[in-house]
Amino acid sequence: MYRYDSFDRDFVRNRVAQFRQQVERRIDGSLTEEEFKPLRLMNGLYLQLHAYMLRVAIPYGTLDSRQMRRLAHIAERWDKGYGHFTTRQNVQFNWPRLKDVPDILDALADVEMHAIQTSGNCVRNVTADHFAGAAADEIADPRPTAELLRQWSTDHPEFAFLPRKFKIAVSGSPVDRAVTRAHDIGIRIVRIADGELGYEVAVGGGLGRTPVIGSVIRKCLPEADLLPYVESVLQVYNAIGRRDNKFKARIKFTVGEHGIEAFRDRVEERFRLQRKAFGGADRALLERIRAMFAAPAYVQAPTGGFDAALARDPVFRSFVDTNLHPHRNPDYAIVTVSLKAHGATPGDATADQMRVIADLAERYGHDEIRISHEQNCVLPHVHRRDVPAVHAALREAGLATANVGLASDIIACPGLDYCNLATARSIPIAQGIARRMKERGDEREVGDLKIRISGCVNACGHHHVGHIGILGLDRAGVENYQITLGGDGTDTAALGERTGPAFPAEDVVPAVDRLIDTYLELRSDDDEAFLATYRRVGMQPFKAALYPDSASTAGS
Amino acid sequence: MARAFRPCVLTANDLFDGAVVYLDPDGAWTRRPGAARLLEDEAEANRRLAAAAREDAIVDPYLAEAVPASDGRPKAVHVREALRATGPSNYDHGKQAGS
Ligand code: HEM
Ligand code: SF4
Repeated sequence: MYRYDSFDRDFVRNRVAQFRQQVERRIDGSLTEEEFKPLRLMNGLYLQLHAYMLRVAIPYGTLDSRQMRRLAHIAERWDKGYGHFTTRQNVQFNWPRLKDVPDILDALADVEMHAIQTSGNCVRNVTADHFAGAAADEIADPRPTAELLRQWSTDHPEFAFLPRKFKIAVSGSPVDRAVTRAHDIGIRIVRIADGELGYEVAVGGGLGRTPVIGSVIRKCLPEADLLPYVESVLQVYNAIGRRDNKFKARIKFTVGEHGIEAFRDRVEERFRLQRKAFGGADRALLERIRAMFAAPAYVQAPTGGFDAALARDPVFRSFVDTNLHPHRNPDYAIVTVSLKAHGATPGDATADQMRVIADLAERYGHDEIRISHEQNCVLPHVHRRDVPAVHAALREAGLATANVGLASDIIACPGLDYCNLATARSIPIAQGIARRMKERGDEREVGDLKIRISGCVNACGHHHVGHIGILGLDRAGVENYQITLGGDGTDTAALGERTGPAFPAEDVVPAVDRLIDTYLELRSDDDEAFLATYRRVGMQPFKAALYPDSASTAGS
Repeated sequence: MARAFRPCVLTANDLFDGAVVYLDPDGAWTRRPGAARLLEDEAEANRRLAAAAREDAIVDPYLAEAVPASDGRPKAVHVREALRATGPSNYDHGKQAGS
């Protein structure tokens, strides 16, 4: 994994020292809130409903056990004993006190972590496929590319004040697990001619109040051209992106208003110049970075214990069914640790749970941990013979919920329980649906179903790309929820379609129940997933189930 | 068109820990929602708000609509304010935990 050099270390430490001074000046009254706010936001410190919130980046979702233990320590010492993992591969602490934040940032700097560029109109934490470096279907590990982009974008003087925030995601597999099409720039590693690797680059994706699926701007960008090309995209955006209206300032609007063709022409024109300006240092750097992401030294051993446990233990079997994914080394497996126990807050992990995951990674997982945008933790490299032991330890810690990819594996943003911008709560809705799924007892039979919940139109909970999306709104001070169907965040990306009138909070769980019942009745066979059934039969039968009394379901 | 004035409380977040605070009848900041002063006069409410905006130990003051509960104490009208007055619904944290 990537290790800081002395430049990185000094940079992060200096930022902490500077921020410590600003916090002192704020507390002694030398700075007003108006003056201080941009400074705290530049260091990832938000003010939420009940307290401050510190957002810490986990670049491309990769952590080692030391870093995870440090998060546990921070949670215990300066917060309320837990952290919240988010869809952007960040971790948020919901209760830090202002004067403690510089100490927290120093504690993070000790383990090469920080909160820089987790807020503001800059290039944010670069995200990647959480199975990076491990997935059997992977063309190449996306993390060296993500790390190159991270280094290039960190403190890039030209892009410190973009029209709006800018999010980049990288995927290295044909199956898009990084929701690249919902990012300002979505990059997918592809094979171009004879074994050469390149990138498919999409621009102008985004969720929020105006969701857009990104458009491909370059089908096959040679690997060597990545930074000059991405820099050209940002230069064009920086030059012509709107600054008059923050709701029209994301690159998706720039691309929409100018058209992808015209936007591409401008980028290509810049690119011809930029390409010459990059003298190849970026390529040398990529090679150096790549060496740091070498595969772990795989253990060669029989996998016997795995098969025995599988034959013997039905609980283990169901865990394997949902929480294991194929590893590129057939003796290994990718183990997902669900942070979605039925009734728990999606993405939350206690300090103790973080330590259990850290210990398991150290003992059985080549010291690697990933945070997924689906708000789960991943042990990317576990030898199959060790999976039974990992499972047993997870069970003991209450972390063995076997629901990855199922209806209770819900993404939910913090919503009105924490977020200052929220119009409704997300967490209790997620808890309610997960509890209901447990009661129904048929979520395995229901199969692949992605439910995503956001507490306002900003769509941090990815509701637009949920098979079932739920958006919390405010109707005269009362929470109200709109449902969408058919969203998809993968390589077959699509935005969900609204079912009709919104539901009061207490009717959301029963509504989801009816949607699931309808699906079970309509699916052609047990293998047809919810999304496939929806695509085949369309909205109408689901609408009829949701609004049985409404005349509006008759036609349309 | 401007909305007609409704009774409200003056609320903000504490600078040091971000906790929700309310202006009380003595003109001090309290963390107890029940101890907040219900402001029923528009000019007074605006005057208090303007003064609060110049204070250093609180952040983002604003007027939040409230109604007198049966015991006469101000009660939040909007769900957002009700949550600010208690704490998040997923854990016993914030005001409901007495912290
Ligand atoms: C708690 C404070 C948060 C604030 C103030 C906030 C603010 C916002 C805003 C304003 C947008 C809309 C941007 C736009 O449309 O231009 C947005 C989008 C988004 N946020 Fe958040 N958010 C917060 C928390 C989170 C969390 C916890 C997550 C992850 C779970 C997250 C992930 C995202 C994602 C994925 C999007 C949509 C992608 C896009 O930018 O188009 N945010 N956020
Ligand atoms: S979607 Fe809205 S409520 Fe949820 S975290 Fe984002 S800004 Fe907050």
